[in-house]
Amino acid sequence: MQSSQQWVEKYRPRQVKDVAYQEEVIRVLTNTLETGSCPHMLFYGPPGTGKTTTALAIARQLFGPELYKSRVLELNASDDRGINVVRTKIKDFAAVAVGTSKRKNGYLCPPFKIIVLDEADSMTEDAQALFAFTQPSIAVQNALRRTMETYSKVTRFFFICNYVSRIIEPLASRCAKFRFKPLSEVIMSSRILYICKEEGLYLDTAALSTLSSISHGDLRRAITYLQSAARLFGSSISSENLISVSGVVPEKVVEAVLQACRSGNFDFANKEVNNFIAEGYPASQMLTQLFEAIVEENDLSDEQKARISKKLGEADKCLVDGADEYLQLLAVVSNTMKAFSNIPEEFAYEC
Amino acid sequence: MLWVDKYRPKTLDHVTVHTDIAHNLKKLVKEQDCPHLLFYGPSGSGKKTLIMAVLRQMFGSGAEKVKVENRTWKVDAGSRSLDIELTTLSSTNHIEISPSDAGFQDRYVVQEVIKEMAKNRPIDTKGKKGFKVLVLNDVDKLSREAQHSLRRTMEKYSAYCRLILCCNSSSRVTEAIRSRCLNVRINAPSEEQILDVLELIGKKEGLQLPPGFAARIAEKSNRNLRRAILTFETCRVQQYPFTSKQTIPPMDWEEHISEIASDIMKEQSPKRLFQVRGKLYDLLINCIPPEMVLKRLLHELLRKLDAELKHEVCHWAAYYEHRMRLGQKAIFHIEAFVAKFMSIYKSFLIATFG
Repeated sequence: MQSSQQWVEKYRPRQVKDVAYQEEVIRVLTNTLETGSCPHMLFYGPPGTGKTTTALAIARQLFGPELYKSRVLELNASDDRGINVVRTKIKDFAAVAVGTSKRKNGYLCPPFKIIVLDEADSMTEDAQALFAFTQPSIAVQNALRRTMETYSKVTRFFFICNYVSRIIEPLASRCAKFRFKPLSEVIMSSRILYICKEEGLYLDTAALSTLSSISHGDLRRAITYLQSAARLFGSSISSENLISVSGVVPEKVVEAVLQACRSGNFDFANKEVNNFIAEGYPASQMLTQLFEAIVEENDLSDEQKARISKKLGEADKCLVDGADEYLQLLAVVSNTMKAFSNIPEEFAYEC
Repeated sequence: MLWVDKYRPKTLDHVTVHTDIAHNLKKLVKEQDCPHLLFYGPSGSGKKTLIMAVLRQMFGSGAEKVKVENRTWKVDAGSRSLDIELTTLSSTNHIEISPSDAGFQDRYVVQEVIKEMAKNRPIDTKGKKGFKVLVLNDVDKLSREAQHSLRRTMEKYSAYCRLILCCNSSSRVTEAIRSRCLNVRINAPSEEQILDVLELIGKKEGLQLPPGFAARIAEKSNRNLRRAILTFETCRVQQYPFTSKQTIPPMDWEEHISEIASDIMKEQSPKRLFQVRGKLYDLLINCIPPEMVLKRLLHELLRKLDAELKHEVCHWAAYYEHRMRLGQKAIFHIEAFVAKFMSIYKSFLIATFG
């Protein structure tokens, strides 16, 4: 039983010029393609905006399929990337000399190699679980910096990350930085419609706008949802179908919980939370959506909103730590209820 | 055989509760296009039943001939080698394990053991290249690192190995894994659905059900189908023919906790705290998960409390449950909660009654 190819891979742009919406980046890179000169590069931006795609596309366009294997090293977060890997694997690859520039089959083949480090910021994030690892990961980045200088004649590094602030300054300052913007709704829709046409899917306008809103400018996520929905529900997809595969909590349910908060009746809210958990919705998703709803709520003062948001933040942290979903959500709802009816935040009987 | 097992639907066609999900799953298997699956939902909602049914749909009745094995893997972890013991449940085409059983070594289970299983490609009877399914339980209990390693395995061996993941809360599964699976949310069955199932079982067993009796069991089950059926069978053993006023036996640990709750409400003193500690220990020794104890205790206390105290108490319950997760010994945190409650309640009593 072969699973059909992931659409994310199938529809990944192969050429730099096909990458949507990132005009500035494309302009610089097209120049690179013509001249064959290329600095170290740092791509950053939210997920699903085309960073990896761009890096792979430019490497492919520079070297062509033949030389690709010997000239490009790709490392992402799921590979082991301790300090030893940087010291050995990357160094070994970087140290190999390459021939001078010779055009081959229409590819430029400039005289350097490329190392693509995907999810460079998670070199620290992966290690978060183990406190002891925090130091070495800075060391990893430091080790990289020496490597970069030593081998910069024959090697170019492409760093890809979500948060530029997590990359240490000495590393960042050696690179040309490119920011990738979240995709606008128009661009996203046109890409989605293109895929629908290719796959023979039917998507109505409501479903299309739902898809754009639940994926928050992340094209990869939008395509994944689309594929899951297509697998489960066939070729005609409604917005309910998309919501059910994405794990997003339906508006109705969020509204019911908010209504319970407004009512000021604790037992009623408790029942509502119990219901929510029994339906199996993820609590972390609920917190996100509750936050959106609270921000847009007209009846609340800024102070009340701040109070609720503070608690949402705390609860989210607790959930990440693995705390119980029911208890956290109940605490959030109880706090929200108190904010709605302006009961002071301090507990009356605490000593 | 327990009724829970006896009346577990064996195929996707016989599933009574999540018919629409079963229908969709069947379509997936039929079209030979089955992605990795992630089932999530509260316990007793039918995740396992659906998984077994999917396996049967894929492999026919061969999926039911399972053997239980206790195996030890030798894993080379840098400077030392580790022995990891795991229980596996396997047929020719699928293997089921709970990698989180290995505790903090779960990363090695994912990196070594699962990889090894995923690598070996089975060959079916016709000499064609077959594929196999790995069922992983409790993926939400896996550590972050283990989940990161899992994601690589999912991509690398996806040509002939399908993963079916099963967990309670999908919040604790990283985005990277969720986005690589088809997520299937299994909600708890409604009381009416539970009622239907109970009546069906009653009919098949040839039992006389007094009106309202099954409804009471369904109501007490907390939308947990497994629990409803077990309670139903317990009732059958205790007294048959049923009478409409027959008491439905509560779980003994729940009774124990409600005792603790009333103890706490009656007297708030260090002495009482000491007594409660003994009872809490009783529960923990009997392998009642500490977060269940805390949740149930909160439930019991909320029932008896004044409305104005409820907010405060539920805040502290959430607070101590989180601390329990971070800490090592559950008893400290449950006891801290009890002590906190006593102090709040006492000062409330003093403020109200002087």
